[in-house]
Amino acid sequence: MKVTIDGIEIEVADGTTILQAARQIGGDVVPPAMCYYKPLAGSGGKCRTCLVKVTAGSAKDPRPMPKLVVSCSTMCQDGMVVESSTSPQVAEARKGVTEFLLINHPLDCPVCDQAGECKLQDLAFEHGAQGTRYQEDRREFEPVDLGPNIKLHMTRCIMCFRCVMTADQLTNERQHGILNRGDKAEIGTYIEQSLNNDFIGNVIDVCPVGALTDRTFRFKSRVWFTNQFNAHRNCTTDKCSGNAVIHKVGDEIVRVSARKNEFAEVTEWICNTCRFDKKENSDWTIEGPAHIDRHSVQSQGHYELSTEESVAI
Amino acid sequence: MLANDRIPGIETYDVYRKHGGYASVEKALKMTPDEIVQEVQKSGLRGRGGAGFPTGMKWSFLAKPEGIPRYLVCNADESEPGTFKDRYLMEKIPHLLIEGMIASSYALGANTSYIYIRGEYMWIVGILEKAIAEAKAAGFLGKNILNSGYNLELYVNPGGGAYICGEETALLESLEGKRGNPRMKPPFPAVKGLWQSPTVVNNVETIAAVVPIINMTGDEYAKLGIGKSTGTKLISASGNINKPGVYEIEMNISVEEFVMSDEYCGGIKRGKRLKACVPGGSSVPILPANLLFKTAKGEQRMMTYESLSDGGFATGSMLGSGGFIVYDEDQCIVRNTWNFSRFYHHESCGQCSPCREGTGWMEKILHRIEYGHGTAQDIDLLWDIQRKIEGNTICPLGDAAAWPVAAAIRHFRDEFEWHIKNPKECMERNYGLAKYADEREIIPA
Ligand SMILES: Cc1cc2nc3c(=O)[nH]c(=O)nc-3n(C[C@H](O)[C@H](O)[C@H](O)COP(=O)(O)O)c2cc1C
Ligand code: SF4
Ligand code: FES
Repeated sequence: MKVTIDGIEIEVADGTTILQAARQIGGDVVPPAMCYYKPLAGSGGKCRTCLVKVTAGSAKDPRPMPKLVVSCSTMCQDGMVVESSTSPQVAEARKGVTEFLLINHPLDCPVCDQAGECKLQDLAFEHGAQGTRYQEDRREFEPVDLGPNIKLHMTRCIMCFRCVMTADQLTNERQHGILNRGDKAEIGTYIEQSLNNDFIGNVIDVCPVGALTDRTFRFKSRVWFTNQFNAHRNCTTDKCSGNAVIHKVGDEIVRVSARKNEFAEVTEWICNTCRFDKKENSDWTIEGPAHIDRHSVQSQGHYELSTEESVAI
Repeated sequence: MLANDRIPGIETYDVYRKHGGYASVEKALKMTPDEIVQEVQKSGLRGRGGAGFPTGMKWSFLAKPEGIPRYLVCNADESEPGTFKDRYLMEKIPHLLIEGMIASSYALGANTSYIYIRGEYMWIVGILEKAIAEAKAAGFLGKNILNSGYNLELYVNPGGGAYICGEETALLESLEGKRGNPRMKPPFPAVKGLWQSPTVVNNVETIAAVVPIINMTGDEYAKLGIGKSTGTKLISASGNINKPGVYEIEMNISVEEFVMSDEYCGGIKRGKRLKACVPGGSSVPILPANLLFKTAKGEQRMMTYESLSDGGFATGSMLGSGGFIVYDEDQCIVRNTWNFSRFYHHESCGQCSPCREGTGWMEKILHRIEYGHGTAQDIDLLWDIQRKIEGNTICPLGDAAAWPVAAAIRHFRDEFEWHIKNPKECMERNYGLAKYADEREIIPA
C-alpha cells in the first residue's frame, strides 16, 4: 500500500494509521500527538493536535476528505495523499488546538517538574502563539496527593485519558477515572483514595504534561540537570521488565523512570517497587548513558557523541 | 401521526387498538423484513432526530453477520433546546412508538430493542412501561408474536440527564453503562454499535413514522410533502407566538403560513414585529426575519429540509429536529446567543480539546459582551474561536456550539457592535426595540 505525505511517498502495511506512516518517514511531517499512545489500546482521537488534511482519499476514490482528520486514528488507504506540515489549513487548526489546550493551563513551567520533558511545552513551542487572547480566569484545582508516590495537579491536565487507559490495561483494578464533564471534567478517585496498584506508577510516564508527577522526585532537580543512565535490576514483580532509566545528580539516584522511544512512549513498563523504592546505587546495574535527543533541553551540558563522531575521535 | 392525539384514553391499549392501532404490526409480520425496509426506502422518510439522513438507507447499511444479534435503539433523549415533540408523542400516544418499535425491530431482525429516554422524562418511563406491559399482554411483544415465530423484548432505559447522550454513539456507551462519551467513527453503529453488535439508532418520531408508512405503503407516504422532504413532520413551536405547541405539518406549507396562520403559530404575540427565528433547534443557524419567509433568491421559503437550508449557512439554516423558536423585536440576539453558548459549554462531554475549551471560552466572551464589558476585538475573536471548533471535533456537538455563534455574528453583527459601544445602555434597553426592526426590511406582522 502506498501513501504520500507532504509529497513523500512511502510503502506501508495494511492497517497503518496516517500518524504511523508519518512516523515511518520521520522529521517535520510527523504530526504532534498529545493523546495517542501506541502502547495503549484505544488511545487517540481526543486532543485533535494530530489533524491532517487528506487531499485524496485513495487511488480508487481520489476525492478529498471534507474535513481535517485525526491522523492517529485514520487508516491509510492505497493511493492516499496527505498534507501535514505543508498545509496552511492544518497549521491553522493545530495552532487553534494548541491555544485551546493552553487557555486553562496555569503556565507554571518554572515550578513544574515536567518542564524539559513536557509535550505541551514542545507543542506550544512549535505551534503556539506568543501572547494569549484569553482574558478570563483560568480553571483552578487544588493539587491532590494520590497516595505517597503520585501527585495530581489537575490544573495542568489536558484530558488525554492515557492514565485511565494505563490503569485499565496494566493494573488489576482501576481506582481513578474521569469525573464530571466538559471543562469541569477532572481526573480523580471520587472519594479521596490512594492509587497503589503494582504498575500504577507508569501513569507518571504516560502523562504528557505535569499533571501526574513522582512525589519521590518532586523538586529534587530539574530534569536537564540529571544524568540519565539505562540500568536494570532483577525484579521479582510479575511482568516487570526491570529495565529502567535512572536519573542521577552526583552519585545520588533521584529518580527512576521507564524507558521511552523517540516519541516519548514507554517501551518497557516497570513496577512501583523499581520506580519508587529502589534508589540505591547497589540496586541497579548500569548499562550506559541513556540516549537523549540532541534537540532536547535535557541534553544540555552533557552532549552525547554520535557513533560516527566517537569513531572519528 | 397525531391524528388521534385528542381521543380520550388513547394512551391505553384498548382505545388505541379500537382506533386502528397495531394494524401495521399485523401487516408487517405477513411481509418479509426486506420488504418492509424497501417500503421505508420508497417512502423517502428522513431521520427526524436532526440530521435528516434517509432512514431506509440507514437500515439497508445494517451489517448482518451470522450468529451476532442486532439491535434497534430508539433515541428518546430529546434534549435540544427548543425541541419537545418526542415528549408530546410519547406522553399522548405511547402505543404509537411501541407499535413502530415492533414493526421496525422486525424489519431489522432485532430481538431485543431499547428506548433510551432522557433522565428528565422520568414520568414518561412509567407511561411507556405501562404501554409495553399492555402490548405484551395482548401478544404484540414477547415470544412468538401473533404466532409468527418472531420474538421481541422491549426495554426502556432512562439516561442520566446529559444532552450529549443524544448523540448516537454516546447514547450507546451510556446504554452499556459507561460514561456517555461519543465514540470515534468509523466504525459506525450499523457495523459496531451496542455491545459491538450492528445497531440502528433512530429518533422517536422516525420510528413512529414507520407505522403510517406500513399502513399506507411507502409510495403513498412519499406523495406527501415536496421533493425529498416526504411525509409529515412534528414541529415544536415556541417563542413569541400566539399559539406555541407541537404541530404536525405536511412538508408542503410555507414558513410564512406556519408562523402567521391561525391554524399553526397564529402570528407574533401582542402584534409585535418578527425579528428572527431558529427553525430547527438551538444548534441550527438563526435566521433574521428578512431571510425567513423568503430565501436570498427571493423564493418563498417552505417548511422542508431543502428550502430551509437554501443558501447554505450564508443565508439559510436547517430544519434540524424541528425546534422552531420565534423571536420578536424585543428579544436580544446577544443574550440569546450567550444562552445557547452556556448550554453547549455545560453539555460538552470534555473529550476533545476544541469543544471542551472553546465552548467555555465563547460563553465567557458572550457573557462579557452582554453585560457591557465587551471590547472591539471580541467579535472577531468569537468568530475565530467558532471557526477553530467547527469540523475539528469528534462529534457534532462542537459544530452545534459553533453554528449559532457564527450565524448570530453573520446576521446581527451590528447588534453585537452596539452592545460593545454602549455598555451602559445595553444593560438597560434592547437594541432591537429601538432600531432593529425598522432598519431592515422586515415583513410586518
Ligand atoms: C450533541 C447531539 C445531540 C443529539 N441529540 C439527539 C436527541 O436528543 N434526539 C435524537 O433523536 N437525536 C439526537 N441527535 C442525533 C443522533 O446522533 C442521531 O443522528 C439520531 O438519533 C438518528 O436518528 P434519526 O436518523 O432517526 O434522526 C443528537 C446528535 C448530537 C450530535
Ligand atoms: S465535540 Fe464536545 S461533546 Fe463531542 S466528543 Fe468532543 S468534547 Fe465531547
Ligand atoms: S493524537 Fe490524535 S487526536 Fe490526540
